[in-house]
Amino acid sequence: MPTKSLQARKNLLSDPQEQLKYLSNGIFGSGELPLFREKIAATGDLPLKPKKLEILQLNLGYMCNQVCSHCHVDAGPDRKEIMTRETMQLCLEVIRKSGAHTLDLTGGAPEMNPNFRWFVEEASKAGIQDFIVRSNLTIIVANKKYYDLPEFFKKHNVHVVSSLPFYKKEKTDRQRGNGVFDKSIQALKMLNAVGYGREGSGLKLDLVYNPAGAFLPANQQALERDFKKALTADFDIDFNELFCITNLPISRFLEYLIASENYEDYMTALVEAFNPAAVQNAMCTNTVSVSWDGWLYDCDFNQMLGLKVNSKVQHLKDFEPEFLQNREICISQHCYGCTAGAGSSCQGSVT
Amino acid sequence: MMSKTYYDPADLKKFGSISEWNEKLGSKFFEYYNSVFEEGALTAREKSLIALAVSHVVQCPYCIDAYTKDGLERGIEKEEMMEAVHVGAAIKGGATLVHGVQMMNKYNKLSM
Repeated sequence: MPTKSLQARKNLLSDPQEQLKYLSNGIFGSGELPLFREKIAATGDLPLKPKKLEILQLNLGYMCNQVCSHCHVDAGPDRKEIMTRETMQLCLEVIRKSGAHTLDLTGGAPEMNPNFRWFVEEASKAGIQDFIVRSNLTIIVANKKYYDLPEFFKKHNVHVVSSLPFYKKEKTDRQRGNGVFDKSIQALKMLNAVGYGREGSGLKLDLVYNPAGAFLPANQQALERDFKKALTADFDIDFNELFCITNLPISRFLEYLIASENYEDYMTALVEAFNPAAVQNAMCTNTVSVSWDGWLYDCDFNQMLGLKVNSKVQHLKDFEPEFLQNREICISQHCYGCTAGAGSSCQGSVT
Repeated sequence: MMSKTYYDPADLKKFGSISEWNEKLGSKFFEYYNSVFEEGALTAREKSLIALAVSHVVQCPYCIDAYTKDGLERGIEKEEMMEAVHVGAAIKGGATLVHGVQMMNKYNKLSM
């Protein structure tokens, strides 16, 4: 279990170029497994083009109170990249002209951005249909200045999406750190107490499951059934939906795969589970991801790999929906993570 | 080149290739296999645990790898997996011991 980011450890994999090199060499370089480009060419999906922009995902910074072993952001307390209020102002303009119906705030722990509350207040006036904040849960109980977050979310009708890799302590703590499970349960109870996830409240609380190891997620509905049964019975906790997300082989999860000698088997499993239907619905086709410093990406994963949108417009300050619409989506072997099985996105399965 | 061990983990991935030498029977087997593991009167989760127990009883290393991974994917916990293995072991041990009755019968029949 890491205690610092790859960047703070000066690990070679903190360099996106090194990760991309790793993903193109080895079993892909030797031709043992097909490149993602070849795979989607065979199903007629190359070049991969976006559909209508529906989701604007803003990364408010890489700082986080946790150092999860699978984190694709390489987030942690030692990361200092934080979106400024000036960039947030640009975001507000883009929200208005983008036509996106969903605004999705992520991080790191987005709540740790000093301008987080100001931004949520302003953004909630923009008439967005679905306003998501991705909360890691433990931030709510990390410091008393965050204790009122459930009330704050409720006031602005925020849709809370929270990570809980499993409904039992051991697996959760192995992935997210000692004590994370108990704190997450405490935070979920606080969210339930103001109405989140409770029937008839209209306050949506979804959970995100991702496998605690080198294996793929199973059927989302079956896991949701198990999560609901266990969380209700053990803690009287309610939530709305469970999203299953496949771990993508980048950043700290890539580090784990290599160190545990699971990389080749994991990539083989992803390639074998390739589902053309998931390509059609991949989140990069309806999402634009914005980094803390205002650059635009096809998805949060491409952001972490430094793959900016392949368009004349690459920064918020020049944002024009039409230019982005005609771009070709940047791909590499990590994309197999979103197209395996039922597909995977920040909204869970896609087929 | 032939491997120097009887079992190679990489062979599990090649399981499907058995159809290359007999397409008809291979296809029938895999079709049957896939149908068996679909949700039915038993859930796919329950079937996975049964498969894990049987894998141990038949001592198939490929099956053990496959159904440990399958169980992890389905959220089956290690306590459940180990209990399933004990169910298999109990039946296998019981199957040995229940033959003791035959031994006793034979012993008594042959003895004065």
